[in-house]
Amino acid sequence: MWKVLHKLASPPHFYHLSERMIPWFAMPGMLLIAYGTFAGLFLASTDHQQGEAFRIIYVHVPAAYLSMMAYMIMAIGAGVGLIWRMKLAHAVAAGAAPLGAWFTFLELATGSIWGRPMWGTWWEWGEPRLTSELLLLFLYFGYMALRNAIDDTTKADRASAVLALVGAINVPIIHFSVEWWSSLHQGPTLMAEGAMIGDDKLYPLLANILGFTLVFGALLLRRVRTEVLYRERRKRWVRDLILSGRGV
Amino acid sequence: MTDNNEQLPGVFTGLIAIARRDLLLVWKRPGDVLNPLFFFAMVATLFPLAVGPSAEQLQFSGPGVLWVAALLATLLSLNSLFLSDYEDGSLEQMLVSSVPLPALALGKSAAHWLANGLPLVIVAPLIAITYQMSFSVIVTLMVTLLLGTISLSLLGSIGAALTVGLHRGTALLSLLVLPLAMPVLIFGARTVSLVAAGDGVAGGLYFLGAYAVLILSIGPFATAAALRISNE
Amino acid sequence: MGGYGAYIWSCFALTAIVLLICDWRARVRHKHVYRDIEVRVTALGDTE
Repeated sequence: MWKVLHKLASPPHFYHLSERMIPWFAMPGMLLIAYGTFAGLFLASTDHQQGEAFRIIYVHVPAAYLSMMAYMIMAIGAGVGLIWRMKLAHAVAAGAAPLGAWFTFLELATGSIWGRPMWGTWWEWGEPRLTSELLLLFLYFGYMALRNAIDDTTKADRASAVLALVGAINVPIIHFSVEWWSSLHQGPTLMAEGAMIGDDKLYPLLANILGFTLVFGALLLRRVRTEVLYRERRKRWVRDLILSGRGV
Repeated sequence: MTDNNEQLPGVFTGLIAIARRDLLLVWKRPGDVLNPLFFFAMVATLFPLAVGPSAEQLQFSGPGVLWVAALLATLLSLNSLFLSDYEDGSLEQMLVSSVPLPALALGKSAAHWLANGLPLVIVAPLIAITYQMSFSVIVTLMVTLLLGTISLSLLGSIGAALTVGLHRGTALLSLLVLPLAMPVLIFGARTVSLVAAGDGVAGGLYFLGAYAVLILSIGPFATAAALRISNE
Repeated sequence: MGGYGAYIWSCFALTAIVLLICDWRARVRHKHVYRDIEVRVTALGDTE
């Protein structure tokens, strides 16, 4: 098993393997999203509390889930890269960050749009999830800004890795703090997601969560491929690949 | 036979030595302490000017405003934590010293807190009085600031170590540290508000204490790692 | 959609747009990186 992982960690192997892996993530993912979206929009019964607006959940929850999963992947990549000095792990962290930021933005935007008919405002500070995600977005920005500010790739990798790990420890603490903070006020809570009763509502959601995750995986693989190619651009295997014309 | 002149400094000695040195430097340049304090006072003054002097409003927003001002003042003072060491080569000496780097980092954080955090705790009540805050509220403010600034000095050291010597490191430092400092801000400011509203204070203080202990135990190691990485 | 149509559809549209942007940018960046290396390797005969 270690042999497999060791092989995977080798950049040329990863580069070729990922090319074939991407469709296996993208296709099932998109199919699941297609089902989840269609069923969620048209087949699921109307929520008696929120009316039709609850259907936004079918994109909001996957976005929220992925925004956090991306950070986890980033932190794990950072940790593995820092401890075992695996370049590929650093590349994974670098690739995951922008994706995570996009999904966080998506969560915030859909949450805000959802909130408008529910609370009457475009933003509700008292909703802990929104505020937590906003802070998560800043964490992503900080990570990407630090990477950009350091020219040397290895240094950038390792410095941002420390940041990612410190951030990872703080994320649960931040969540907890924001929850406590918003509970002081008993403000309007947006999404009584727990009140989603009924399989006809649940299955499309699960499908979308899984589908989005797979699509995220495909996007991540593509980005990490590019990272690897860029980092290894002076190596022989890249040169041979380009000259053979097969590499795209 | 050991030649006593060659005995290398231990962990504790090194920690104390570097803290002493930093405090000595600060003593010679009082601006390092006073400027952030003035900044704190200025920010606390901006609010009534901008929002209006209504006593009710001030009392209500006081804890939050003062805490934000303290946080910003701390950020300001963190910028230069490793800067002079970086510029004059002492940072390199720290990296190759026989004293473990985390101990040196802790020493620096401790000196920073003594020079910047503690003065904030002492000056805050003066400003708090102008915000019409009552005695018990002011005491709570001081305690939360005490615990909070300890955490901020330690947490901020990590950010300072990551950004030392970087172009435009100042803004970057703030971007890195602020999200991480949110729990401290939230619990610090809101605990004081709760006391102002007559509620209990224990939960918030426990959190701040626990967080300080957490950061105390992992902060110096993260700072040391960051210093090594930034300066290899 | 019970009067919430605009909200619902804008959310789904936004999601689609974000996914497309992510995909498009990933592809474009890959193409650029590839092309840059290609230029250097073929035209300049870089054997390093």
